[in-house]
Amino acid sequence: MTLTDALSAIFLLSGASLSLIAGIGVLRLPDVFARMHAATKPATLGLVLLAIGAGFAVGSVAEWLTFSLVVALQFLTAPAGAHLVGRAAARAGIARDHLVVDDLPRPRRSPEPP
Amino acid sequence: MSVVIAVSFALIGLGAIAVLVRLLIGPTLADRVVATDLLLTLLMGAAAVESARSGEQVYLVVMVVIAVVAFLGTASVARYMETKGP
Repeated sequence: MTLTDALSAIFLLSGASLSLIAGIGVLRLPDVFARMHAATKPATLGLVLLAIGAGFAVGSVAEWLTFSLVVALQFLTAPAGAHLVGRAAARAGIARDHLVVDDLPRPRRSPEPP
Repeated sequence: MSVVIAVSFALIGLGAIAVLVRLLIGPTLADRVVATDLLLTLLMGAAAVESARSGEQVYLVVMVVIAVVAFLGTASVARYMETKGP
């Protein structure tokens, strides 16, 4: 087992473990905002580690460049998507009982379309 | 190395099973959107592991397409929730 194989194994196993942690978090956490936290942060870090591990395993320049594109896309879209879902959930009044601080006004039951 | 690949697939698969359970029981539409987004992210990770196993470069294109489609789907359903409620 060479050095790149060992690095690849370490990164692949770390990324897969973080993927499992993200899945368990989405299953176990109490409300939609906590689940959103588990679905974005550990999953994004897990994808980054898996991409680095696969890059070490294959080791071509095209692979590294495409993985950089994938990771950049994930970094751009995961917070934006989570923000959209969170705003929609807060405006719809879902799961606001667990919140410690709630700065938004109480939900309008029929929000006007933008 | 094949053991590492197998263990990685097993871990990602267990996470995907947990996400599928949440997708089935999730009480509101927002939970299901979050679960679907995470499921596609896990699928991208599995494509990366498969690319590491086989050395094929086809899976890289698959990962880029999944990243774009996942964001478009999440944004669309979030807009739907804003207008129609959960």
